[in-house]
Amino acid sequence: MYYVEHNTFGSYVRTVRERLRTRDRTYSLRQVAFRIGVEPAYLSKIERSQVAPPSEATVRKLALELGEDEDLLLAMAGKVSSDLREIILKRPQLFAKLLRQLRDAPDDAILTLVREVRDGDW
Amino acid sequence: MIVLTENHLEFRFPEVHEDAECSISFQRTLRIPDDNRDYPLPPGLGRFALQHVDDFAPRLPETWKRHGGVFLPMYQAEAMWISFTADYPMAVMVAAGKINALTGEAWTNALEAEPQNYMVIPDQPWLDGFAIGPGMVRQFVAMPLGAGYSAEEQLTGEAQHGGLQIAVCPMKARVYRSLFEEEIEEERVIYSAPDDLVVASAPRKEMGLAPGGIMRQKIYEDEYGIRTWDMSAQSRCFVHILNSTQYWAVTHSRPPSPPPSAHDYSNAGLPWFEYYDSDLQALEGAEKLSGLDSIAVKNLKQGKGVLDDNDSAQPEKIVKLHGNQVREGDF
Repeated sequence: MYYVEHNTFGSYVRTVRERLRTRDRTYSLRQVAFRIGVEPAYLSKIERSQVAPPSEATVRKLALELGEDEDLLLAMAGKVSSDLREIILKRPQLFAKLLRQLRDAPDDAILTLVREVRDGDW
Repeated sequence: MIVLTENHLEFRFPEVHEDAECSISFQRTLRIPDDNRDYPLPPGLGRFALQHVDDFAPRLPETWKRHGGVFLPMYQAEAMWISFTADYPMAVMVAAGKINALTGEAWTNALEAEPQNYMVIPDQPWLDGFAIGPGMVRQFVAMPLGAGYSAEEQLTGEAQHGGLQIAVCPMKARVYRSLFEEEIEEERVIYSAPDDLVVASAPRKEMGLAPGGIMRQKIYEDEYGIRTWDMSAQSRCFVHILNSTQYWAVTHSRPPSPPPSAHDYSNAGLPWFEYYDSDLQALEGAEKLSGLDSIAVKNLKQGKGVLDDNDSAQPEKIVKLHGNQVREGDF
């Protein structure tokens, strides 16, 4: 389980991309920018935290391109995935209460809340 | 534990090993022609939607509530294949109507070596049908339970269960560590209706899987041996099949539109697939299953004439796959 400690989106992206580039030259700033559909100058600014993190769609493309977890990268960018937002907005009070209660719960306690598929008698 | 995530069944065994996870999904596909010719593997056309039975219990048969598990919608004569994904080795048993899809024998919770009644994943990436011979399966095709087509009805004379049954056992952690981690460190006819379906004219909700056309697919022998698997940690799931015509009434969601015919798909120049892994031995297939009537034959025997949309196809574009390559078609 990974934790988001600081607003490290840009430097994290740069670190991961540079690590990939040592093995594969197609992970240059220019080529990655091209593949995710942004200008190289913009990706450079993102990596140096000179601009705010990009849109959710671009963060998702970056996650896919770099082989990173989308939810983790979105959280680093200070964003909540739109599907999660939709889930919360359907029952805002219930989920707000649930999340506040779980704020300091250990991972294993949270995982016990995951809904299991029930096996019956067959 | 089993959780339902984005139409995948995720089997997890954290009590065995933190990496002991696998994912199983059910792929929509073409129904290959049932014409006694053998075909390559058809494409995946997206995953079937899976729902918890408990979420729609008031509108589902009583027997489904007792079984628990999940359900998915299929049209009559629609085909499916099952996709397995794992890094940690698992033994997986699959049955249709509680008939084991590899042996033709009645369901049992226990893995058996002779004949082998399970597959090993990730070696086996997919299962498309009933194992009828060496390297040959008859495609899983949904037909209404009680109409006499399903493997279950043909073998038992009864239409009791329908759907699919799946059980997964992880590799014993001790074996996994010795094989992999150390390496890394070094580097239905007589039908008894459920209570809520006693009105004879009510459309049938339940579907069973019947044998369709023939395709080339090997079911691989277990190269590790039966003692490898941790049967004390088994998880199982009943996957019910709901007739798509009933899906709206039960879930208030629309089922997807029916898939294209194999003939139209091939004529559009779209790819079929072949999977090749030379290192693994294939199982023989089951005589019991090879003796079943396919849907087209059953139709003729029941005096219903020839099967609709059953024109032979000419797969010209065949993609050879190996390892974890994706088998999906765009249509």
